[in-house]
Order: sequence, then C-alpha cells, then structure tokens
Amino acid sequence: MLLIHCPYCEEARPEVEFAYGGEAHIARPVDPSTYSDEQWEEFLYIRSNPRGRHHERWRHSHGCGRFFNAVRDTVTDVFETTYKAGEARK
Amino acid sequence: MKRFSGFNLIGEAFRSHQGWPEHWPDKAPKASYDAIIVGAGGHGLGAAYYLAKKYGITNVAVIEKGWLGGGNTGRNTTIIRSNYLYDESAHLYDHAVKLWDGLSQELNYNIMYSKRGVLMLAHNVHDVQSFKRHIHANRLNGVDNEWLTPEECKAYCPPLDISPRTRHPVLGGALQRRGGTARHDSVAWGYARAASALGVDIIQNCAVTGIRRGADGAIEGVETERGFIASRRVGVSAAGSTSLVMKMAGLDFPLESYPLQALVSEPVKPIFPCVVMSNTVHAYMSQSDKGELVIGAGTDQYTSYSQRGAFHIVEHTLAAICEIFPIFTRMRMLRTWGGIVDVTPDRSPILGKTPVKGLYVNCGWGTGGFKATPGAGDLLAYTMAHDEPHKINAPYNLDRFRNGRLIDEAAAAAVAH
Repeated sequence: MLLIHCPYCEEARPEVEFAYGGEAHIARPVDPSTYSDEQWEEFLYIRSNPRGRHHERWRHSHGCGRFFNAVRDTVTDVFETTYKAGEARK
Repeated sequence: MKRFSGFNLIGEAFRSHQGWPEHWPDKAPKASYDAIIVGAGGHGLGAAYYLAKKYGITNVAVIEKGWLGGGNTGRNTTIIRSNYLYDESAHLYDHAVKLWDGLSQELNYNIMYSKRGVLMLAHNVHDVQSFKRHIHANRLNGVDNEWLTPEECKAYCPPLDISPRTRHPVLGGALQRRGGTARHDSVAWGYARAASALGVDIIQNCAVTGIRRGADGAIEGVETERGFIASRRVGVSAAGSTSLVMKMAGLDFPLESYPLQALVSEPVKPIFPCVVMSNTVHAYMSQSDKGELVIGAGTDQYTSYSQRGAFHIVEHTLAAICEIFPIFTRMRMLRTWGGIVDVTPDRSPILGKTPVKGLYVNCGWGTGGFKATPGAGDLLAYTMAHDEPHKINAPYNLDRFRNGRLIDEAAAAAVAH
C-alpha cells in the first residue's frame, strides 16, 4: 500500500483513503461540438502510459475529498511530489 | 526435435534419459527475417508457430526482453473459458477454446488442458437474470453454457455451501463444461519447441530498443540490444509493455498498464474439482494438479510497471474467498505475485493492423489473456501473413476508439475478466 501526501491536508495518509483519477493534465474540450473524431479519440482514450515519471490525479476521497495531482515513478511506485489542482505541471 | 512417444520413452529408459535433446536451441539473431514477433509469451510463440505451421512463413524470429514465458504467461491463473456475452467476444474466445482441444497432440507436448468446467455462481436475482441471458446468447453462438440449480451446483462442486443461511446464497450457476485450466508454462514451452522445430529462431534476453521505419513510413526492422534485425513484418505481442514498444514506432495507444496479482495456497489433497467464479463477491478459484488453490486477485487502482501489487488487494480477495468458501478460512497462502496487464478502455483486446505498414499488434487482453493464447497466436499469424485481419479479429481493430464501435466487455462482465 502506498503512502500518499495530500497537499491540502498536508499529511501522508495510506492509499486506501485515496481514489486514483487517471492521467493528469488532460484538458477537457473547450468547445466540444467542434471536436473531430480524432480529437475525441485523443481526449477519451489515448494515454501516455509511461514507464517512469507519470503525472496523475488522485482524490482524497476519505479525507478532504479534493482532487490533486501527483508525479509518481511507475517502476518504483515512489511519489516524487504531489501538488494542488490548478498548479502548473511539475 | 525428438518426439515424445511411448516408444522413445522406453528407449530412453535404457540409457538413463541422456538422449533427450534441448527443447529449443538458443539462437543468435540473423541479419533479417520474413517476420519478427516481439514478445515470447504464449501469444507471441503461438503466433510464430502458426506462421510457420499454417501460413508457410518459417523464417521467423521471436524476440524477448527477458526469458521465455516469464511475463503474464507464467503469472496468470490458467483459466480457460469462452462464455462471453457479445457475438464478437464469443467468436474470438471460442476460436481459442477450439484450438485448446487437441493442442497437446498437435504440439506433441502435454499442456494439461483439463476440461473441468467453469461454474459461475448466481447470488441474487440480477445474477440469475444476467447469467441466463449469457447462456442464451452463448448457445445462439454455438458456445456451450448451461444453467444449474443450486442442487446441481452442489453435485458438480461438492465443497459449495448451498444452504440459504449463507451470506451469499447460491441461487444457481452457469456452467461451461468445456472451460477449465491448462498448465501455463507448458503452453509456452510447447509452442516454443514446436515452432523451433519448424525453423523459428527464439532469441531471449534481447530487448527491442527501437523500431526502424523507412522513408515511406513502412517497417524496416527492429533495433535490439544485439543489433539491428531487418524485417518487413513485425508483430508486437508485448502485453504490459505494448505502449512502450508502440511509442518506438511513433504511435500512441489507448492502453494503460496495471499490476494484477494472483496467489496460491499450500498444496493439499484434491478437494476442489472445477473452477468456481463469483462475480458478485468478486472471487474465483481452482485447484492446480499440484494441489495448490489458485486464486486471482484484482488490479491495483493505479498504473504501474512494478510487477507487484498492494497487499490490501490480496486481503480483499481472500476476504471474498472466505465469504464463499468458509472451509478455506484456515488455509495458508504460500506465494503471491504480480504481472503487468495492458487494459483497453472497453476491456477488449486490440488484434490487427496498425497505421504503420508492416506493423501488427496483439495487445489489450487486460486481465484475461491466457484463455485466448492459441486463438490470439493464430489470428495474429493470419493477420501478418495476409496483411488483412481474419473475420474473427476484424472487429478488434484500433479504429473502434475513433468510430465508437466499442466491444464493451467492461460493462458485460461487470468485473475484470
């Protein structure tokens, strides 16, 4: 089980308090009606799935309930950092 | 290859079994091949075997980063079944089950396919309705699946508790009698030995480091740790590492890689005669011929390449097993391990051509690829040999994520499958 630092609660808590939210920094379409099939495919389905540094969203569902972003190494599962939603990509 | 037969066995008995040759020779890569398969798991070795056996392409190399069968082929829970809801899935998985039948004879290698039956338990009204729908859909597709009453379930699998007092009462079950298990390592070894005998080179400990494309974009070959190997046809069957290999060819894939765990108990005498699944309680189990109870756990919630999962996932699975089978509450677990599974958005595989000419892919089997091993190998080989998918794997193209023609097994199975 991972220990995850919530940037809002400023505390490292066990993974079972958190829900994984998938890859981070995937922007929602600003004007969906103008999106082509290729753009929808990219937005909905294509994921970077890297071996190494991964930017991802987590939600502290059994804590403050807020979404935040994290950088985790997908080989060691070690968190490099976590930061609040809305902050620039680290 | 020296064939396994009663005659050869007796002959070898007179000379202390010193005359058996190695199953497959360790080969150095040649400069070029007619076809290259990336990944020496069951699927990749199967594809190489069928390329040589059925489709007449024998100048084939299988390139493997680690050791043969050391990925998900050696890490799964060896379940075989084809009772899928959708037509496309039923055709795909039943193609594999038909090939499992007789595979030991074809490969001259005992893969221990045991048709012990896969019994899916219904615990509530929704389960009953859903399973009966599956049964009807399966039978329309020529896939055997039948409804059992609780008493018939008990007769088929005596360790079941069918009393109405249990927390998850058994209201019946769906039984696929052709379902069962096979020895996973033997499948890889059998395909490797048979493919090698047909002229296929199996090259282990040789990671692919790049994919070379020509000026027209078509495949020219692969860069490896042991140099460049030329080929106009490359089939990628790399499971959890598929995204990484595809990136080398400049393609982004709709895949995410998750750890999936399994575990076995200490070996005990035969007690559990078939495979039992309970989708509602989220547990399934069988007993290996060695006597271990073989239990599959769930995936972790986050993507990872670590080949190990979290402990609370195992705890959750064992809690579910103990709910359904209280007789096993005092069994001790012997080993747990994890593999990295590549999961697609609709939980159905991708098997066919890619936008790059000469590059083919077999991936996205997620949590249930072992059962499809012979079928996936055959269909990847067919697609590579004809440069066109077979009608069985035609729906499993990449375009479905653009045109919306998904095969949504995620919704149909309601659990990892």
